Amino acid sequence: MKKAIRPEQAAEMIPDGAVVMIGGFMGVGTPERLIDALVARGVRGLTVIANDAALPGKGIGKLVSAHAIAKAIMSHIGLNPEFQKQMIAGEVEVELVPQGTLVERIRAGGVGLGGVLTATGLGTPVAEGKRVVEVGGESYLLETPLKAEFALIRAYQADYAGNLCYSLTAHNFNPVMALAGATVIAEPEVIVPIGVIPPDSVKTPGVLVHHLLARAA
Amino acid sequence: MEVAVHSPKEIIARRVALEIRPGMLVNLGIGLPSMVANHIPHDAGVFFQAENGVIGLGARPPEGMEDPNLTDAGGGFVTAVPGAASIDSAMSFGLIRGGHLDMTVLGGLQVDARGHLANWMVPGHMVPGMGGAMDLVAGAKRVIVAMVHSARGEAKIVPECTLPLTAARRVSLIVTEMAVIEPTADGLVLRERGPGVSVEEIRAATAAELIVPAEPPEMTLA
Repeated sequence: MKKAIRPEQAAEMIPDGAVVMIGGFMGVGTPERLIDALVARGVRGLTVIANDAALPGKGIGKLVSAHAIAKAIMSHIGLNPEFQKQMIAGEVEVELVPQGTLVERIRAGGVGLGGVLTATGLGTPVAEGKRVVEVGGESYLLETPLKAEFALIRAYQADYAGNLCYSLTAHNFNPVMALAGATVIAEPEVIVPIGVIPPDSVKTPGVLVHHLLARAA
Repeated sequence: MEVAVHSPKEIIARRVALEIRPGMLVNLGIGLPSMVANHIPHDAGVFFQAENGVIGLGARPPEGMEDPNLTDAGGGFVTAVPGAASIDSAMSFGLIRGGHLDMTVLGGLQVDARGHLANWMVPGHMVPGMGGAMDLVAGAKRVIVAMVHSARGEAKIVPECTLPLTAARRVSLIVTEMAVIEPTADGLVLRERGPGVSVEEIRAATAAELIVPAEPPEMTLA
């Protein structure tokens, strides 16, 4: 049985300078209450691994506006002008990764693989400094795994065993990140009694989830 | 006979729509490429993928019926058609890279004589990130570039891209309001002319060399 915690308790666990994976795509499927709590506690120097920097005032965009991010590993930052400014000012270091490569690097980190071979990025600036591996006459880039100290997950339903299911396009990076964080904190929309989520509907088994966020008061 | 006059973007969207066959899985980029969906019959059995995680993207919902957990890759509210499936990003890009996506339609900043596309950054000006574009161009069965022929008088179809490439792969087709151009191993072949556009006008607006077959036809539109 998991005991649900409050957002501020979760934020206390995450130290300044931590490496954090955060689910979401343009803020859809992002744990907003966890982010609000991190901003409220004044967190600094995070390395954030996420699909994108969202928009000002939404999801990861709130961490950007709070100057909480020192390094970002993301596929897209173009819809957040504040982040563009911070990058140009040298305030934040940004590693841009193709979206499909990003999710597979996270998956590799979470499932114990030593890397991923992909043709994505060949012949582009993404290939610079990377090993090219030939398999069956085809060339691939060797992309390395990504792991994090924390994975912050947004789910649709959770039960008190920690089992998670997701809604529509709010899946995105969440199920994959739940494998790659040393500590996984999930923010579900609702927590239901054990047994309510059918086993076939569980996308993230509860054994991966360390903490559940209690529902909003 | 009355002839409909379409805007350049409308011409491009209507022409690209003719490339889509029943039963295809298709990814449309944000902006101009997304207009293509307006010209595909609902009963064509075409499934549109949004790389953020849905196969079977539907139209924008009526006001007040939006689901905050159902958006397209641009973050806009959408619906899902009957038979739709929601998927995570690993599955979504597995479909793209794994050769399961029949077609991707993307915008372009430049395409060159070898058929290479640049569409994700302008060094010193715009560094938004590649998002899913590199995977889409590297992985889709067919890659269609849908773009206006030139930007502020500057040619976008050039001998060699000066902007960073999106992929090393040759794109399948370039559709503009002036022309349909097929990149081949021999170079860029002019397949069709835009409505009322002459070969000379196309050549003048194209910086790359064009291979022009005898009397290329005018394009038909959906």
